[in-house]
Amino acid sequence: MADILGEIKKNLIAGRVDREDEGFDEDMVGQPGVTELVRQALEENIPPADILNEALTPGMEEVGVLFEEGEYMVPDMLASAECIAEATKILEPYFSGQEIQSRGKFVIATVEGDLHDVGKNIVSTILQASGFEVQDLGTCVKADDIVSIVKETKAGFLGLSALLTSTMTHMKETIDKLKEEGLRDQVVVCIGGAPVSEEFAQKIGADLYGEDAFDAINKLDKINAPGN
Amino acid sequence: MAQNKREGTLVEPILRLNGEHVRAIHKASLSLLDDPGIFCFNETAAGVLNDAGCSVSSKQENQGVWRIRFPAALVEQSLESAPEKVVLGARNPKNRLVLDARVPEVYFGTGSETNIYLDTRKREYVCPNNTSLTLCHPSFHQERGSIEYLCQSAKLCDVLQQVDFFIRNVNIQNEGITPENKDVNVFLASLMYSTKHVQSGLVELDSLKHVLRLAELISEGSEGFPKNPVISFITCVIKSPLQMVDDTTEKLIAIAGKNFPVVISGSPQGGSTAPIEEEGMTAMINAEILAGITLTQIINPGTPVLYGAVPVRARLDTLHDLYGVPEVIHYNTDCIQMARHYGIPCYSTAGVGDAKVPGMQATIEKVFSQLFVAAAGAQYIHYAFGLLDKTNIFSPLQAVLDDAQIGLVRGILRRPVFTDKDILETVEQVKKVMDSKTRLFARHIRKAMRKGLVSLSYPFETRELEDRVLINAFQKLKDILSGPDNRLDETLIEKIYREIPGLLPRNFFEIPGIQD
Repeated sequence: MADILGEIKKNLIAGRVDREDEGFDEDMVGQPGVTELVRQALEENIPPADILNEALTPGMEEVGVLFEEGEYMVPDMLASAECIAEATKILEPYFSGQEIQSRGKFVIATVEGDLHDVGKNIVSTILQASGFEVQDLGTCVKADDIVSIVKETKAGFLGLSALLTSTMTHMKETIDKLKEEGLRDQVVVCIGGAPVSEEFAQKIGADLYGEDAFDAINKLDKINAPGN
Repeated sequence: MAQNKREGTLVEPILRLNGEHVRAIHKASLSLLDDPGIFCFNETAAGVLNDAGCSVSSKQENQGVWRIRFPAALVEQSLESAPEKVVLGARNPKNRLVLDARVPEVYFGTGSETNIYLDTRKREYVCPNNTSLTLCHPSFHQERGSIEYLCQSAKLCDVLQQVDFFIRNVNIQNEGITPENKDVNVFLASLMYSTKHVQSGLVELDSLKHVLRLAELISEGSEGFPKNPVISFITCVIKSPLQMVDDTTEKLIAIAGKNFPVVISGSPQGGSTAPIEEEGMTAMINAEILAGITLTQIINPGTPVLYGAVPVRARLDTLHDLYGVPEVIHYNTDCIQMARHYGIPCYSTAGVGDAKVPGMQATIEKVFSQLFVAAAGAQYIHYAFGLLDKTNIFSPLQAVLDDAQIGLVRGILRRPVFTDKDILETVEQVKKVMDSKTRLFARHIRKAMRKGLVSLSYPFETRELEDRVLINAFQKLKDILSGPDNRLDETLIEKIYREIPGLLPRNFFEIPGIQD
């Protein structure tokens, strides 16, 4: 049992989702990755909680340490985060929603008029790996649609992304609509993207500005969602 | 043994001269070696060259000089016997350099023998009108070169990743240093802390036997000597224009006789001791180097030599040396092509400027030559780290900055390394990413990252609205100098002190600390 959990952890640290994934070593191709190993562990009747607590969580913690020490870069972090996301999908049915400690529902979108999604996708992946239940609405999403999903899902967090100075104005529009719908106090609004800043966040009434995914996670660690 | 070598940067050489230019320069150099020939101040060389078939005039008593006219056939025959491949050993055999004239694998190293060591300290300045505004900036202090500073430099350059070889770069001026004992002290200070190849000139011919014994003692711990020649020599045998100097020629003859790797270096100044025009400079420096190479091959056919090009240009206002100008890069790249034409590894020059302190001027003057001289495919580029004020100052802070700069240069010049298989794999990668939810390539770059194919950002960058490059580099310098070193083993040091005469007391070889 310990061996397979160790293998899951090792492959998570190497950022290998599946057997086709080379990680950073070509010789690894063909060997089972995190998804195959998690399935194998379940077949061997290893408790899902053990997979989560003894392989995935400590593996991701180690990745975090390697990142802090400068040994790992963002691509490494993303690869491991993707492993976590895929493993979580496999494990979800076994937990019936109560045993996996979710940090909250997080709706994320690129605002209307903006098709840029690289930053938003990175943040989305990292948020998932950090324990958030992420609903990614994609790009060019109208304020009305965003607010409607927040209302429907009772999300505690909302992330808005924009790359253009011409589209960042829709962030304020979205926050204003949250107010109109009486939802503003139940959701933490985070914004990010090249043209926005801490000052802009304050000006439009957002709760948090994330310079990058990791900055956002650090700041979120200090905030409790009102609705969760 | 063959696999034990340091990896240089393999480049796709840029060409400045076409084939016709190269042949024309060669012909012009042969013509200069015939007329006016070389004015030789060394009697032994005059005799040797005479016996080999040169036309040697009787000594011109009023000048103490023999005029040597070199037959073209003798020069070309000598070029044939000079080896294409020269191996330079190192205390750590993994740092051995294999210089192959046919392979444009580039190595960077230090030099020259600077008189001034630029000590650096960190200073904080406060705005008089608003004391909350502060600025950190280094302050610089000129110190006389010493054994201690040479040791410090050797340690620093041993740690700096881009430094491939160590040419002693501080002129030791301690009390007690004499012409007779300087060489052993220079080589010991360098070898004490450097596990890379060490190179220097010789002050006194009589020191040669002690220096060689020192190197032999040190090599015993690695792969034996002279199989792993941890040291080699530079000889500035020619004083421009076209004069073979007495004492250095004597040293060259002795070194060649022992079959030791040696640089035949010429350093004419375009506009004063050489024509300023590219073709004139190249033809003349080439003739000077060919004269030196010919002498070594007559003394001992097969002597491993490096084609040493150190051309410089004259300032127009003072006629002093001027390095940070395009012509110097032209001169150097031409020489690199000539060396390749002859099949002799090239010792070239880059990274010298006229700025007196680290900063924007130094960066601009240095980076173009570091880039273009390397791009031309010189195997062995000296002067590349820490030099300021032409070749007068060594600044350890500048060496740290140069290390970062040369890292970027290597990245730029890296040859493409992909195969057909790699292209197929990358196509598959694109398909895979397009099928993914995020359509991000980031996670797939890790293999290239681990292979060193992905460059990192400038190491001394500042993210705020200020320039902290010098302060960030200073911090790195401090970290290196307060970190571990590869000092020689104490038992070996004791043995060296028992056998080698003229060494100053051991406390001279301790590294001074660096102040904030």
